[in-house]
Amino acid sequence: MHDLTLAEMCDGLARRAFSSIELTRHLLARIAAANPRYNAFITVDEAGALARAETADARLAAGDAPALCGVPIAHKDIFCTRGLRTSCGSRMLDNFIAPYDATVVERLAAAGAVTLGKTNMDEFAMGSSNETSYYGPVKNPWAPDCVPGGSSGGSAAAVAARLAPGATATDTGGSIRQPAALCGITGLKPTYGRVSRWGMIAFASSLDQAGPMARSAEDAALLLQAMAGFDERDSTCLDRPVPDYRAALDQPLAGLRIGLPAEYFGAGLNPGTARAVRDALAEFERQGARLVDIRLPHSDLAVPAYYVIAPAEASANLSRFDGVRYGHRCANPRDLRDLFMRTRAEGFGAEVKRRILVGTYCLSAGYYDAYYHKAQQVRRLIRQDFLDAFAQVDLILGPTCPNPAFAFGAKGGDPVAMYLEDIYTIAANLAGLPALSVPCGLVDGKPVGLQIIGNYFDEARMLAAAHGFQRATDWHRRQPEALAEAGA
Amino acid sequence: MAIQRADIEKLCYLARIDLTEDTAADTAAGINRVLELIDQLRAADTAGIAPLAHPLEETQRLREDRVEEKVDRDALQAVAPAVESGLYLVPRVIE
Repeated sequence: MHDLTLAEMCDGLARRAFSSIELTRHLLARIAAANPRYNAFITVDEAGALARAETADARLAAGDAPALCGVPIAHKDIFCTRGLRTSCGSRMLDNFIAPYDATVVERLAAAGAVTLGKTNMDEFAMGSSNETSYYGPVKNPWAPDCVPGGSSGGSAAAVAARLAPGATATDTGGSIRQPAALCGITGLKPTYGRVSRWGMIAFASSLDQAGPMARSAEDAALLLQAMAGFDERDSTCLDRPVPDYRAALDQPLAGLRIGLPAEYFGAGLNPGTARAVRDALAEFERQGARLVDIRLPHSDLAVPAYYVIAPAEASANLSRFDGVRYGHRCANPRDLRDLFMRTRAEGFGAEVKRRILVGTYCLSAGYYDAYYHKAQQVRRLIRQDFLDAFAQVDLILGPTCPNPAFAFGAKGGDPVAMYLEDIYTIAANLAGLPALSVPCGLVDGKPVGLQIIGNYFDEARMLAAAHGFQRATDWHRRQPEALAEAGA
Repeated sequence: MAIQRADIEKLCYLARIDLTEDTAADTAAGINRVLELIDQLRAADTAGIAPLAHPLEETQRLREDRVEEKVDRDALQAVAPAVESGLYLVPRVIE
């Protein structure tokens, strides 16, 4: 049952081939058996899931079922869930029970989805390997000695290991696409403002965006359909019509103009990854798409600009964790200053502290112009590169990451080595553009991701391109050998 | 420009994060590594380029000034470390 795609689960539930209770029990049992191995979930909500599954079955029986009625999914532990712990992967929020649901959680529940639990992640979404989680790293189901990527590594591993057919995630600099690539699944970061950020714990507010992770573009389309749309509670959420993503999946690839940025195929790209991406591009060409060489000349400035803007915004956003209103509080504070300083020293891990301090530095008196103002100027240059490119092409394709999954500890000593793993994903966040990753090959038994970047609000076309690729290939159906051998 | 121990102490105070003696050196080294990265921005020619605050150049949406939802104080304070009579408790500020 767990091998079914999300779309197939919807179909099976609607035909009453199985009940939501059966499906939910089955996946809960898989999670109980597999989570000690992968550490993909921080919290499993067995009672809540079964109660929702029962409600879903009643609605299915009554013929009053919404789109995702009875389908079990997982939420990244960055989305507030009423009555269920929301830790954000941090000791700071280890005891935090959110008093409300995030809009994304609310909408998926309204669509009938059943929440299995909350997935592991890099602390406050700051990381590309899941090694910064207070709850320990997630293991990559394809290679247990390797990272699953981050920050949405728990959601990616849960989907890859068939513990859930789909999961929510967030992407500030690649946190959906990079783990999707490393775990061999499909992940989409929508246009900035497409999905509400309300109730999603803020990291860098001008970059953060929520999106779906699933095994195929079709499944991602189903989840995005439920997640997307205007929300007056998020002042940056945009009021634009939401197209029917699934209905648009069958648009042909013929005539599509695909841009290949020279900067994404240069030095630093793993040769095996490059080969897999080139093979995927040939498939798009076979289906009638035209490949066009383009330039994104300011690409090399994306990572430096991001590591000013994201930490600066994080230093402001994370100032709310003060030990007064919720979350961790140090024992026996001497005075108010001691309360703040020890609470934050104890509650945050090393990477989070580093980013808060870098952000504080960039925003401090005398440095603002040299760093934050400059980075925002560079951000415009990067966006202009994309606007120029989209005057010639419909989509931009390239690798999601320079390398397949790396071993735990491989980037341990050097924060910048880790940051450079997001070299191809960060620019889309700076420009606010939608981008997705689909599996397109294996290198040494580890998955490779193909990135598809689209113009603003062009998610339907990107999903159609990904779907067209997935109809002709089977990379998205591959599964880790360990799962296949277990008779999964 | 590498930052020194005294700068780190000042930053930690500004960010309200206690600096522990055993991690001070690592903290400084890590921050200096990131500063080397972001100093690459200096080489970019940005003369006459306006900063970009929002990717779609949208401005903050305002809503009508009217009561929409009532905040349930007790529910929100249920997760606080220390409250009394609807107030958050902190160490004494004024002697």
